[in-house]
Amino acid sequence: MQVTRRQFFKICAAGVGSSSLVALGFAPGEALAEVREFKLARTTETRNTCPYCSVGCGILISSLGDKAKNAHSEIMHIEGDPDHPVNRGTLCPKGAGLLDFVHSPNRLKRPEYRAPGSKEWTPISWDDAFTRIARLMKDDRDKNFIAKNDKGETVNRWVSTGMLAASASSNETGYLTQKIARSLGMLAFDNQARV
Amino acid sequence: MTNHWVDIKNTDLVLIMGGNAAEAHPCGFKWVTEAKAHRKAKLIVVDPRFTRSAAVSDFYAPIRSGTDIAFLGGVINYLLSNDKIHHEYVKTYTDFSFLVKDEFAFNDGIYSGYNPEKRSYDKSSWGYQIGADGYVVTDPTLQNPRCVYQMMKAHYSRYTPEAVTNICGTPKDAFLKVCEMLAETSAPNKTMTIMYALGWTQHSYGSQMIRTGAMVQLLLGNIGAAGGGMNALRGHSNIQGLTDLGLLSNLLPGYMTLPSDAEQDYKAYIEKRAFKPLRPGQLSYWQNYNKFFVSTMKAWYGDAATAENNWAYDWLPKLDKGYDLLQVFENMNQGKVNGYLCQGFNPLASAPCKVKVSGSLAKLKYLVIIDPLATETSEFWQNHGEYNDVDPAKIQTEVFRLPSTCFAEEDGSLVSSSRVLQWHWKAAEPPGDAKGDQEIMAGIFLRLRELYKKDGGAFPDPILNLTWKHRQPHAPSPEELAKEYSGRALKDVTDPKDPAKVLVKAGEQLNGFAELRDDGSTICGCWIFSGAWSEKGNLMARRDNSDPFGMGQTLNWAFAWPANRRVLYNRASCDPGGKPYDPTRKLIAWDAATGKWGGSDIPDFKPDSPPGDGMNPFIMNPEGVARFFAVDKMAEGPFPEHYEPMESPLANNPMHPKNALARSNPAARVFKEDWATFGKPDQFPYVGTTYRLTEHFHFWTKHVRLNAILQPEQFVEIGEDLAKEKGIKAGDHVRVKSNRGFIVAVAVVTKRLRTLDVDGKKVHTVGMPIHWGFMGLAKNGYITNTLTPFVGDANTQTPEFKSFLVNIEKV
Repeated sequence: MQVTRRQFFKICAAGVGSSSLVALGFAPGEALAEVREFKLARTTETRNTCPYCSVGCGILISSLGDKAKNAHSEIMHIEGDPDHPVNRGTLCPKGAGLLDFVHSPNRLKRPEYRAPGSKEWTPISWDDAFTRIARLMKDDRDKNFIAKNDKGETVNRWVSTGMLAASASSNETGYLTQKIARSLGMLAFDNQARV
Repeated sequence: MTNHWVDIKNTDLVLIMGGNAAEAHPCGFKWVTEAKAHRKAKLIVVDPRFTRSAAVSDFYAPIRSGTDIAFLGGVINYLLSNDKIHHEYVKTYTDFSFLVKDEFAFNDGIYSGYNPEKRSYDKSSWGYQIGADGYVVTDPTLQNPRCVYQMMKAHYSRYTPEAVTNICGTPKDAFLKVCEMLAETSAPNKTMTIMYALGWTQHSYGSQMIRTGAMVQLLLGNIGAAGGGMNALRGHSNIQGLTDLGLLSNLLPGYMTLPSDAEQDYKAYIEKRAFKPLRPGQLSYWQNYNKFFVSTMKAWYGDAATAENNWAYDWLPKLDKGYDLLQVFENMNQGKVNGYLCQGFNPLASAPCKVKVSGSLAKLKYLVIIDPLATETSEFWQNHGEYNDVDPAKIQTEVFRLPSTCFAEEDGSLVSSSRVLQWHWKAAEPPGDAKGDQEIMAGIFLRLRELYKKDGGAFPDPILNLTWKHRQPHAPSPEELAKEYSGRALKDVTDPKDPAKVLVKAGEQLNGFAELRDDGSTICGCWIFSGAWSEKGNLMARRDNSDPFGMGQTLNWAFAWPANRRVLYNRASCDPGGKPYDPTRKLIAWDAATGKWGGSDIPDFKPDSPPGDGMNPFIMNPEGVARFFAVDKMAEGPFPEHYEPMESPLANNPMHPKNALARSNPAARVFKEDWATFGKPDQFPYVGTTYRLTEHFHFWTKHVRLNAILQPEQFVEIGEDLAKEKGIKAGDHVRVKSNRGFIVAVAVVTKRLRTLDVDGKKVHTVGMPIHWGFMGLAKNGYITNTLTPFVGDANTQTPEFKSFLVNIEKV
């Protein structure tokens, strides 16, 4: 008999459920015969990569909703990708807890601002945040940009504002960040590879 | 990694040193288990702690933290003295026969050219002898006392088993047992892999530790072979990618480097980096530097980068010195930095000496945090009691906290330690109003650009001309960006041998970096990633895991840089005649019938260069061979030498007891005020070291409920002897102090940390996991980096987190 992996789980789940009921002395009547459906049967599967260490384990993210425009995707399960040549379906204690990372109560949800000397955060719109940050950066750059050094050599650098990039961000984010930082003349620029 | 995770299954021997893969990289470690089970491979672990890797090893040797160069120097001495080296390999594929300049010298721990005031070297004597023909002078008989082989032999003859035991605290029989096991892999058909991580990088001479390991591997002929190599187990999911893309203060994409102030002339800048071959018939692939550089500048500045303006060379910022993280926090502390952006980086927790970092951040005018999580850095200004005792009213920094997406909420690629670029897909929308990092960076940049367009300002040209051809300018897509770094033809690219033959048509994606040109007809944002997205599509998204040779290469799974090669230097797995040293583990071989190299991997070599032509395997080096003698590439000397950590329990370097200059790394940079922050052994007698637990990922997982449950409370580990001496019982609360602050944690008393006999004294180690802080779901704790010293490796400035001095007392 040809059984797919997903069918295999369904059979297992059904088998364990029904046999233990019998063992407990319940002779299931007709109404009790249906066991709970395998929880991933109706989820959408998305392939992704573990964001923690650099083994680069493949993961399968299961979410409710079919990714239709009006359907809200809710991630409800994450497991190792059995097709992945490196992790072959396994995950470590970190990867196994990824669902709790996605749904951490400490996820930031909206932009916040802390004024000088203040003891608290206040909400700020994205637009106001971008505008204010750009203003602060431009004022600092215009004031402190070094076009030429003491010897009169062209150096075009801006070192009074710095940046740390994220080594868990994607190549695409990293590339864009690199482009922007150098176009501004930034040198005080590193990522976690430095530490 | 020179090799890759699955390739570990092809090895005969695994040396884990400076890492703890079973704990920190569990799913990669399974390939060690695979090698043990199916190849009868052995595992050796050398570590100050009996780690989880050690627990499943065949042999464990203890070592004092920070003494790995002495240990490996002893291994080199053993291999050379006992003639346990791969003769043909070292004679042909390394600089064994090269002659070193007569001026080069080494006296009592210091190399020629040292300037003690500047703590740096004039490296002009650190080089090979160059003949009238422009090539290095060699002595194939290896008899000349100035040849690298003879000089190396003399240098490491001082690292006797007795010296190793005295410095490292490793019992002599254990050290010799390791040497014997390693030596077996000098046989041409045996290989060893070295797996290391931050246990080697986080020292004030970490780069030299890694070099010493690489030298051992070269002596044994294990570089380039299946199951061999130097395998850096990197810490973050895309730390390899961000390094490759050059997001470090001194780098451009693809390991190109930014110019220094003195490099005003574009042609001279290129010539200095486009190394001419130093031996006849060698490839010296960096000769193509100009093609990589021009293609990057065309990707960044489009039509504004022209031959007339040297492809906008002057628009790149020039370096007057390094601007690594430690230097930047030093500048910040001196009030020279006004603004800082932290994109998914938590420096308050992950940089050394919290008091200095916290004080520096408080001097900023503005701080921008871009992160999916509420980090400690974002609240450095907030009073969190004993864990962050600051007065917000006194901190005048404006702080922005911008919510970004996490892995599950974006498309894109990450580069694993195996150098494999893997694409991932978005599964859901981010919570609340969070935005993707690309959209956030675009939001800031486009407003800046608007201001410069409207009002002008300091040197706006690169800002106004940065290419931004995105269909949705406010949200550049991952696909667009990936295609840009992979590369495209602007005009038809033709075959240099036959200009009538068009290789790639204008507008098409490139197949790889061999198609890059230096006349402005190609763009490529990162040459080593070239071909990742070709006309065939997104190769990073490939999911064919077939392994036709059974070697684990899976060439059709995603895309590895460079050119989809899975094992670097694989030409060195064959003898000079082109036959594999071990035919049962063939990576590539020369096929005389087709006149090409081929096999289970993509050749890391000129594919049609026949063995008789004498081109050597290390094509990125102008010598064509691997270097034992590092010429002028390292800050502290061409041969690694043992120095003590900046904070050492010993009064002197046992290798140079009478030379105070050679006690610690003579080339390590120390900022003036930081000298006073270093502790002395009379007050802080124990070696402190930091590490990670398998349940934790740096400072993230304290926000993750499952992991917060698994390891709920901060602890430190001490050995039984120290516990007895200090009257500390398991479960007691202890205060661990360094000269920079203290932490309080629960004591775990364990046999895993043993007392070592070093240079006539007993040395105890206090082991401290990092993770805890004042934000998150886990019980609050102290930031472990409160204790660590503000000094880094002399080459990379990676902080010395692995070896410093502490004291401990029961609370």
